[in-house]
Amino acid sequence: MARIELSDLAHSYLPRPGGEADYALKTIDLAWEDGGAYALLGASGCGKSTLLNIISGLVHPTRGRILFDGRDVTSAPTTERNIAQVFQFPVVYDTMTVRENLAFPLKNRGRDPAYIAQRVQTIARMIGMENQLGRKARGLTADEKQKISLGRGMVRKEVNAILFDEPLTVIDPHMKWELRTQLKQLHREFGHTMIYVTHDQTEALTFADKVVVMHDGRVVQLGTPDELFERPGHTFVGYFIGSPGMNLLDAEITGDTAIVAGHAVPLGDRYATRAGRTQIGIRPEFVSFTDEDDGLPVTVQRIEDVGRHRIVRADLRGFAVNAVLPERMPLPADADRVVFAPEQIGVFVDDWRVEPASTGAA
Amino acid sequence: MEKTQNNRAWFMVLPVLVLVAFSAIIPLMTVVNYAFNDTFGNNVFFWVGLEWFEEMLGSDRMWEALMRQLIFSAAILAIEVPLGIAVALSMPKKGLWASICLVLLALPLLIPWNVVGTIWQVFARVDIGLLGNTLAEFGIDFNLGQNAGAAWATVILMDVWHWTSLVVLLAYAGLQSIPEAYYQAARIDQASRWAVFRHVELPKLKGVLLIAVLLRFMDSFMIYTEPFVVTGGGPGSATTFLSIDLVKMALGQFDLGPAAAFSIMYFLVILLVSWAFYTIMVNLDREERTE
Repeated sequence: MARIELSDLAHSYLPRPGGEADYALKTIDLAWEDGGAYALLGASGCGKSTLLNIISGLVHPTRGRILFDGRDVTSAPTTERNIAQVFQFPVVYDTMTVRENLAFPLKNRGRDPAYIAQRVQTIARMIGMENQLGRKARGLTADEKQKISLGRGMVRKEVNAILFDEPLTVIDPHMKWELRTQLKQLHREFGHTMIYVTHDQTEALTFADKVVVMHDGRVVQLGTPDELFERPGHTFVGYFIGSPGMNLLDAEITGDTAIVAGHAVPLGDRYATRAGRTQIGIRPEFVSFTDEDDGLPVTVQRIEDVGRHRIVRADLRGFAVNAVLPERMPLPADADRVVFAPEQIGVFVDDWRVEPASTGAA
Repeated sequence: MEKTQNNRAWFMVLPVLVLVAFSAIIPLMTVVNYAFNDTFGNNVFFWVGLEWFEEMLGSDRMWEALMRQLIFSAAILAIEVPLGIAVALSMPKKGLWASICLVLLALPLLIPWNVVGTIWQVFARVDIGLLGNTLAEFGIDFNLGQNAGAAWATVILMDVWHWTSLVVLLAYAGLQSIPEAYYQAARIDQASRWAVFRHVELPKLKGVLLIAVLLRFMDSFMIYTEPFVVTGGGPGSATTFLSIDLVKMALGQFDLGPAAAFSIMYFLVILLVSWAFYTIMVNLDREERTE
């Protein structure tokens, strides 16, 4: 087990990268604490898998260093790093039995046969394949194969970290839940550092203690699920997390008021005036309809009933505004004005969140 | 709705039928006809039953040619398949060099058989050939016309040179289809190079290797032109393989009856061995599945 530190890391798949656009990973400085359960969340193609492969040593970064407990392993090969990794698509050794598959990583490291047998049994019980240990891996379903891949990732006790690269993509929904719970339990039991790559926010938020959100080759925020929800550090986090995502509206900020499409919106705090594109962000959960005259005029376009609540999709002079209506709360027939809860409004300049200025405007 | 039946559609198939009849069925039936009849010319045939077959089965000459043929095919398979896999494994996976390698490897496959034979005939000559002359300089007696060992070595080397590329190309295509994740997982699992080959690459190559073995077996079992050009089947009859023997019998001696019986048995042997290869390799696969 180890604390993993990435220092000034950048990677390009091109041999001679020119500008920033050539980099799949732009500068990253990040530390993964020993024993943490992390999720690496981002849209497809944002560099998550690249980052994971750099940590495991499958990809050598163009620039920067990787430290395990302070020791520089940037140029150390995969085998020296003592990392387990589970890939998106099942990787099993077809000609081996399930038992041989699970034993393979231990056998290659010359472990004692009795120990191997006992570990394989434990892992087989965990992934629910005790009865199939003698079968050839070739004829198994994708589900079962991926469970073997997971098992092979977890069979070594003393690994520095276990990396999961969207491991549950091919697994049945009900099995997904079960396996994720088991991973969580395994984490509590053995305290491995786990990094779990996914583009599914539910998966990320339920698995991890800390979530790292990546966007376009950058880490845009590292925080607990609550922090990501309540105080997104970047418009991408606001938009990507939550269903539907945060409403983002272009605004002009003066002191504690934002002007959106000619209407004043009170903010919870005073902000300094800044250059760049300014936006305010508000979660749909904190948007409510009002029959007073102080709100913003909107046109309701449609209402979606998603069971526990309803989502109202509306238009505010060209901006899409979504609101979440709690269950059983009626929506007046002529509802055409919304208000935002002032203390829940975030202010973003060029996509990054800015903090309120404590004293007066600049 | 009733299905429309239009039997005139059969006429559309007629051209192909005529073509196949003239190119395959009629010649083959002629051979069958010769195998069961004898003639003294003037297109008068009379039935001899299995006599030609009995004669051929009792002929040492055919059994010897068959033995030579089996040894030849076994030898080139034993060399070309492992060598082909080894070359495919050491080729670059992508980039300019991969293309260059592929083009270079494809070259021997594009050369006509008799040209290959001529190249090697000249190459092996003691007086002007690079190979024969060099070996002679080292005091090795390398004479195609007199030394059966030299003749065999040349014929086998020539086949390896000509056809290993085919195995390489097939194996290379098979290797390219293995997803990168398998290699990455093997690295994570600390698998040795041998283990990667044994458990990742070889199982994925099985399908293409089956095709490679079948193609190379059938082709080598029917080989004619190249050894004919290089050695003419000699010295003596040291490199007289089945086809060469057959041509000698049919065209040299004009023994059409025995040659026809020989042809039919030849055909059946190829069919039988190919079927055996196929069945064995496919069954290996199936046993693993049900284990």
